[in-house]
Amino acid sequence: MAMLRDWLIDDSPASPMQARLGRLYRIFGALMHNPLAVIGAIIIICLILAALFAPWLATHDPLRQALAERLLPPSAAHWLGTDELGRDIWSRVVYGARITLVIVALVAVLAAPAGLVIGVISGYFGGWVDRILMGITDIFLSLPKLILALAFVAALGPGIENAIIAIAITSWPGYARVARAETLTFKNSEFIAAVRLLGASSLRVNLGHVLPLCTSSMIIRVTLDMAGIILTAAGLGFIGLGAQPPLPEWGAMISRGRSFILDQWWVATMPGFAIILVSLGFCFFGDGLRDVLDPKSGEQR
Amino acid sequence: MRPLLEIENLRVTFPTARGDIDVVRGVSFTLGRERLGIVGESGSGKSMTGRSILKLVRAPGHVTADKLAFDGIDLSTRSEKQMRAIRGARISMVMQDPKFSLNPVMTIGEQIAEALLTHKRLPRREVNDRVHSMLESVRISDPERVARLYPHEVSGGMGQRVMIAMMLIPEPDLLIADEPTSALDVSVQAQVLDIIDELVRRKGMGLIFISHDLNLVSSYCDRILVMNTGEVVEECKAGELMKAAHPYTRGLIASIPRLDETRDELPVLDRSAWAKA
Amino acid sequence: MIALSLKDLDISYGDTQITHKVSLDIAEGESFALVGESGSGKSTVLKAIAGLAPQWTGEIRVLGKARSHGVDRDFSRICQMVFQDPYGSLHPRKTVDATLGEALTIHGIGNRSARVEEVMGSVGLDRKFRFRFPHQLSGGQRQRVAIARALMLKPKILLLDEPTSALDVSVQAEILNLLKRLRREQNLTFLMVTHNLPVVSFLCDRLAVMRQGRIVEVADIDELKRGDLKESYSRELMQISAAHAT
Ligand SMILES: Nc1ncnc2c1ncn2[C@@H]1O[C@H](COP(=O)(O)OP(=O)(O)OP(=O)(O)O)[C@@H](O)[C@H]1O
Ligand SMILES: Nc1ncnc2c1ncn2[C@@H]1O[C@H](COP(=O)(O)OP(=O)(O)OP(=O)(O)O)[C@@H](O)[C@H]1O
Ligand SMILES: [Mg+2]
Ligand SMILES: [Mg+2]
Repeated sequence: MAMLRDWLIDDSPASPMQARLGRLYRIFGALMHNPLAVIGAIIIICLILAALFAPWLATHDPLRQALAERLLPPSAAHWLGTDELGRDIWSRVVYGARITLVIVALVAVLAAPAGLVIGVISGYFGGWVDRILMGITDIFLSLPKLILALAFVAALGPGIENAIIAIAITSWPGYARVARAETLTFKNSEFIAAVRLLGASSLRVNLGHVLPLCTSSMIIRVTLDMAGIILTAAGLGFIGLGAQPPLPEWGAMISRGRSFILDQWWVATMPGFAIILVSLGFCFFGDGLRDVLDPKSGEQR
Repeated sequence: MRPLLEIENLRVTFPTARGDIDVVRGVSFTLGRERLGIVGESGSGKSMTGRSILKLVRAPGHVTADKLAFDGIDLSTRSEKQMRAIRGARISMVMQDPKFSLNPVMTIGEQIAEALLTHKRLPRREVNDRVHSMLESVRISDPERVARLYPHEVSGGMGQRVMIAMMLIPEPDLLIADEPTSALDVSVQAQVLDIIDELVRRKGMGLIFISHDLNLVSSYCDRILVMNTGEVVEECKAGELMKAAHPYTRGLIASIPRLDETRDELPVLDRSAWAKA
Repeated sequence: MIALSLKDLDISYGDTQITHKVSLDIAEGESFALVGESGSGKSTVLKAIAGLAPQWTGEIRVLGKARSHGVDRDFSRICQMVFQDPYGSLHPRKTVDATLGEALTIHGIGNRSARVEEVMGSVGLDRKFRFRFPHQLSGGQRQRVAIARALMLKPKILLLDEPTSALDVSVQAEILNLLKRLRREQNLTFLMVTHNLPVVSFLCDRLAVMRQGRIVEVADIDELKRGDLKESYSRELMQISAAHAT
């Protein structure tokens, strides 16, 4: 163990692999010193574990209806109670983690790279390329996210896949802005001039040298955005345009629990609590990441 | 008269994966209304000393001092908010790297205007004139054009002069200048130093001048501290620097090339200790 | 043979003309210094030669061949540039190995590992620095990396933009010794911008003095050492430098 640590913090790494792992280890170490980041990480890890091991964690089948047991309060048999169709809320919340995780992951996979590439191209080439791309970006940014997502889902038809696509379409402009700003600060630096002088093509300069510089702010931004994405997805679910019944999506669950909020508060509260917890987790973790990866902006705050 | 700045046993510590390292180790000095030069090799802690006076050492760096008083104010107990009030108005610092200190996506003119306006309210029209006259004062010959340029579009020396101009706006009581003129030719350098000198004489400003250029420091400053690995190894009157006794200082002096250079190879400090790091 | 020849070079950025009729001839193997007023266009001349300031008229000939305006791959094997600021000229997220190896990858040169170690050796960087990131290096070590990067493609000409002004005197001495040795060993031609006349005296054979975009004087190094410059502006620079040294 001590040997591994020594190997990781070695000031003179012997391979690129060791250098990179060493860097990650230092980031990891710094994150571990930030209590909020640790709490955030734990919440996110719990979410992932819940999603992975849902069949084992769930006490009931999340879809099985038992009308005899409808709207039972939390008890030993049903930890978080049951909903209006007698389904176990704990099991549904646990399975809901899968849906949330899929939404979050897919949006990140779709929107972040798209935003990154558009932003870098826009910033690096400037001129009319920049004006056109940023014009489009601004149009998207000027509309509220939820409304825009609503419009897309309405056009594409309700359903979880369409909800994911809609949320991805509404999130890339933010990333494009960040990547462009970042590119603008780096593109005139001497190390970029130096690789150009070595004969590197524009493609190579952008992919190999500019893009890696934007990734850390992108990771921070995506992590911080996760909360918003989860809320938008829940919002769409709540209105009935997201995941369709009987899928145990948290937003849809709140929506159905709404009618019983006064007498059977747990039906709506439990999934709501899950949403808040996970959103907070991503916020804390994102904040911690920012302090570690981007110490300068932390100082200005 | 009370000295402007009193520092006793200043330490700056950085925690690293291998345990804490002290990059400034017990530096003490006092500064009156005079020009104090700090020289020393790279990494000897000159900039860290300067930054810790303004409490600008970045986390995880940690500053401690038995005494850190500026004009009777105990800086070590000041909150971040109180420091901000002191920083702009009473102590200014010209950072070592103008390209990193200037905002890359704002023009030079906008940045100077912003600095002017945070200091005092001015009508819009006047701002422009002030910006131009400031650029002229640091010997920038076509201020209209330069005000419209972005930081990457000005020459290295212009960037440094812009930084100096901005830091002199509030006419501070203490100026910490970290390598302010390393990219200037000797003629412009002399003119810019005259401007700073003028403030020292007229307003009684204190100056801490951090530099690699031993010749310049010895002819420009009143007093000199020589730093090595976080400690002050020698303190002397400026004119006597070339007669310094400490082997480290002598080593530095020996490695300066001369105008009528005949040596084929310059002597360098023995860096065997440093190379292990 | 003439390594680098500039004739009536007018360089502009947008509508502003920066240099006026700059003409120079630098012989192969020569070390030539460009000194002068801050903002007079010294870096701009180097950038135009390198292809980073493409808006110029006049003529640039490198080893007898006329130079095109942009950056190009073939040219990068003949001529490389070292920038002033060792802190800004290395990519913060790339190890020394990646920075140096990039040139070889771009030009499809094999035997990467051996070549990287060879060049690191020739600039006096220990092997243990090979996989460090720039923030783990001192200023002098970074400047060595920057020089090593410029040497990766075995160029004939090095353009040096104030290579030591950000370094302390002892590291400056190391870098100057290094440059002198490299020039001897690899028969390089230097065109170096600097503000420091003693550095010129140590490293260069000839110098040109620039002011407001024009070359006001070209002189031999012996004339500088004897204090024999003719133009009043060059004399002023020389006198201030001499005054500091005493
Ligand atoms: N974040 C950090 N973590 C660890 N060590 C640091 C950090 N920042 C600076 N140091 C160390 O502090 C020491 C002093 O740095 P400082 O910038 O004061 O040097 P300097 O004398 O100004 O050198 P130069 O002349 O090159 O500017 C250096 O050895 C440096 O490696
Ligand atoms: N990208 C650019 N766009 C517009 N103007 C520029 C650009 N780069 C440089 N300039 C202008 O060209 C002039 C000469 O700049 P250059 O960097 O060549 O000066 P220099 O002689 O190297 O000065 P220094 O010694 O201060 O570095 C300056 O007036 C500068 O503002
Ligand atoms: Mg410093
Ligand atoms: Mg320059």
